[in-house]
Amino acid sequence: MFKKLAGGLLAGVAVGVMSISAAMAGELTVYTAVEAEDLKKYADAFNADHPDIKINWVRDSTGVVTAKLLAEKNNPQADVIWGLAATSLLLLKSEGMLEAYAPKGVENLDPKFVDKSTPPTWTGMDAWVASVCFNTVEGGKLGLTAPKTWKDLTKAEYKGHVIMPNPNSSGTGFLDVSSWLQMFGEKDGWAFMDGLHANIAAYTHSGSKPCKMAAAGEIPIGVSFAFRGAKSKAAGAPIEIIVPEEGVGWDMEATAIVAGTDNLEDAKTLADWTVTKKANEMYNSGYAVVAYPGVAKPVEHFPPNLLEKMIDNDFEFAANNRKAILDEWQKRYDSKSEPKG
Amino acid sequence: MSSLDALGPDVTAKSRIKPKLGSDDWIMRGYMIVLAVYLIVALALPLYAMLSKAFETSRFDLAQFEVQVSNEAGAYNQPAATLQQLNNQGNFIAEGDLATSSDGRLALTKFFPDFSFRSPVKYRLRGLNDEAVYLVGSERFEGTKPAEFDSNTFRKVVIRPIQGHGLANFATYFSTPALFQSIQNSVFIALVSTIITVSLAFGFAYALCRSCMPFKGVFRVIAMAPILVPSLLPGIALVYLFGNQGFLKQFLMGESIYGPIGIVVGSVFFTFPHAMIIILIALSISDARLYEAAVSLRASKWRTFWTVTIPGARYGLISAAFVVFNLVITDFGLPKVIGGQYNMLAVDIYKQVIGQQNFQMGAVVSVVLLIPALIAYIVDRQVQRKQVALLSARSVVYQPKPSRRFDLSCLAYCALVALFIISILGICQYAALVKFWPYDLSLGLTNYDFDRMDGGGWDAYRNSIMLALMTAVIGTVIIFTGAYMVEKTKGFNKGRAGFQFLAMLPMAIPGMVLGLAYIFFFNNPANPLNFIYGTMAILVICTVTHFYTVSHLTAVTALKQIDCEFEPVAASLKQPFYRLFSRVTVPVCMPAILDIMIYLFVNAMTTVSAVVFLYSSKTTLASVAVLNMDDAGDIAPAAAMGMMIFYTNVVARLVHAVVSRYVLGRTQGWRQR
Repeated sequence: MFKKLAGGLLAGVAVGVMSISAAMAGELTVYTAVEAEDLKKYADAFNADHPDIKINWVRDSTGVVTAKLLAEKNNPQADVIWGLAATSLLLLKSEGMLEAYAPKGVENLDPKFVDKSTPPTWTGMDAWVASVCFNTVEGGKLGLTAPKTWKDLTKAEYKGHVIMPNPNSSGTGFLDVSSWLQMFGEKDGWAFMDGLHANIAAYTHSGSKPCKMAAAGEIPIGVSFAFRGAKSKAAGAPIEIIVPEEGVGWDMEATAIVAGTDNLEDAKTLADWTVTKKANEMYNSGYAVVAYPGVAKPVEHFPPNLLEKMIDNDFEFAANNRKAILDEWQKRYDSKSEPKG
Repeated sequence: MSSLDALGPDVTAKSRIKPKLGSDDWIMRGYMIVLAVYLIVALALPLYAMLSKAFETSRFDLAQFEVQVSNEAGAYNQPAATLQQLNNQGNFIAEGDLATSSDGRLALTKFFPDFSFRSPVKYRLRGLNDEAVYLVGSERFEGTKPAEFDSNTFRKVVIRPIQGHGLANFATYFSTPALFQSIQNSVFIALVSTIITVSLAFGFAYALCRSCMPFKGVFRVIAMAPILVPSLLPGIALVYLFGNQGFLKQFLMGESIYGPIGIVVGSVFFTFPHAMIIILIALSISDARLYEAAVSLRASKWRTFWTVTIPGARYGLISAAFVVFNLVITDFGLPKVIGGQYNMLAVDIYKQVIGQQNFQMGAVVSVVLLIPALIAYIVDRQVQRKQVALLSARSVVYQPKPSRRFDLSCLAYCALVALFIISILGICQYAALVKFWPYDLSLGLTNYDFDRMDGGGWDAYRNSIMLALMTAVIGTVIIFTGAYMVEKTKGFNKGRAGFQFLAMLPMAIPGMVLGLAYIFFFNNPANPLNFIYGTMAILVICTVTHFYTVSHLTAVTALKQIDCEFEPVAASLKQPFYRLFSRVTVPVCMPAILDIMIYLFVNAMTTVSAVVFLYSSKTTLASVAVLNMDDAGDIAPAAAMGMMIFYTNVVARLVHAVVSRYVLGRTQGWRQR
């Protein structure tokens, strides 16, 4: 029996060794926060043009991926970041973690979607826009009218019927908070959030969960993003995707090469491909707004007026004030015993 | 060379009464040291790395920068001043606010109250040492090269903190109500859950042990079922039962399941088997003679219960209470799923690390969480030691007598508890099969299409089985041989005590803390073991270490039952220890070895807390997938994956039962005469 156990041990060690030898030429470790259901499609489309480069995805929510990258600051595991919030990439840029590289064809992109440094350290892919998911069935049962503006959400009738992502753990939550502060100004922004907080049933950890909860009728109103709403609506959920009239916050998904990658050539090939028209057409299947002008086609269930409602987002403001905003938010709202700041 | 020569003449003279050390002893000691090194690398060093992280501070150093301001014409006729000097004059930033996190930024405009971005005034900025780092927008600059900015650019200039060491993080922690409130919340939830679980489990164990009700075996099996699922699964079930669309919602009378109520109910579910089994053992060893005495003294049943039953089981009760307390306070999955806005320590670690990328604060919360866990652990160890002494050789096993009324009420009670457990599992399975809750209740397998969801898909499930098998095999080898060395090595008391301490330590370390410590230790490029980061190997090492203690104790208990005469006999027959080990020790201990294997397998399948920080794209795990799918709002697929873990563990248990029976027949025949 002992021999059998020893044999098992050896087999185990052998498997361990096999899984260690991962980093090889022709393979890229790509960190991403793109929705899991789209990843296969992205890799397949890329491999149609470059079958010799295999993509190993590391997929997680925006916060987790950012944390992973920062934790690995002195020993990066990723070769490329493809599909992470620009706010996060700015953070990584200021740590000197991104390789400056102008992908071939970057000049075709809307300059709003490209890093201002020369050469740029990151290039945008598509925009991801906040909106409100309203469950018409549950809303009807409770006799709620659909909100039209952000300020509507502070009305007493919605008390306990609104859910939003916690900005301390969700990128979507943070873009909401930063957009309110930019739109309403510092003072009125916090005053608005004080009012909203009184109506919030819970803050979720992830940005897509509020809309999925609204889709499942668990809550009538979920502050989330339009892409998630369109998907849930397509899946048959009785929801309406509302674009508040004041304007909506947004963030873009972007691509960058990680400084120190031992596979720079393949990384550049991938970066070149991510700015192509073909890639942007692919991004368009889930996002109404993409970096390549003229590519965007209307997406099913996407609110038609979304584009004009996107605020003029100041990403540097968001990145450089991130900690101060999150600290203030936490002080005001992140403790049940002290709901008012 | 004989060992005597190696020791030299002086030593032989002094140690006359000590037994001679053969080459076997040296091999065993050497092997024990190898295992001790393993435990140090897999446990002690990562914990040290985490502790030092907690004391790693970030602070804005105002003396690092110097600013010179021009007049409106652009001429610099004022002398340059350091930010420190500016702050001393205007007191713009309080001393306490200079402490920040590693991601901190401080805008320079704060030091110039009459700043306006329209002003023609220009600013000259210079770092005074090489560590000075500032950003213009998102562009990073470091060192002492001076730079000039117009007012509109100057408002985008922020400075970055320098790293140091100290207690500043702890000061920040205890001055942030949102953070230290969690201590109170965690302790409160753990206390309430402990009281409820221990009471319920005591009733259940009492019924199993002291009544003659039917179906005892069935109830026992059902009561153990929660061990086979991740702790966050009851949370998902509670959402379906008592959430806003749950069909038992009205039972909560307007209260929300998201929060303390949900955490407590879920905690009772997943800690119940742990408490039940401890109390059951405590009750089953009580001495029947005491009851006979009580009857002959005409003590009432009530009095007998309080003077005989409870004191007899008191160590079991205390031990169960601390085990439950520890499980609840360190659990992460359940409060994350159903905690709502109710902050708990383990979730705070996750939020600090994953949400805010504030590793230092994550380490601080870990240290705070370590304290109650350590206390609970120490008390439990003390009590466990006493429990053993309670059983004397003359004890008579208590045999319950049938009593219709008592047996029926026991049956009703156990049925109720069993119903609770089954309905939690049943609702998860039902929810997993429903197509689109609550609007399309037709059944289908769409939720099992894991590859379309977050968390790693079916690969995660395969990885989990791989991890569980490797943990079971490698872990059992390491742990059992380690226990053997500790038990059977002659002399070397200090070494054995040291090893014993290392082996007991993992139980006191919450999984979240261990996982975070592993990031700090193994993801350091200077660490020669860095290459295992992100592989299956680190998951196996982490899981084996996390569940080391209980397995070690099982092995030690089994080894203590073997007569110590075997070793001298083997030695006199000139048999090396490894032959004795493989021919006698292992076969005799086979039931315990199989128990260790199944324990490790089941826990590797269900664990979330330690591995949530350590998995990579190639090593996603089923239990983490449950967490991530729930996090993304895909609750039904999360329930489906949770139930897959359950069924896998059920199969593993069945295999274990069959193998045990076979092995028992083959190797344990000597136990019967």
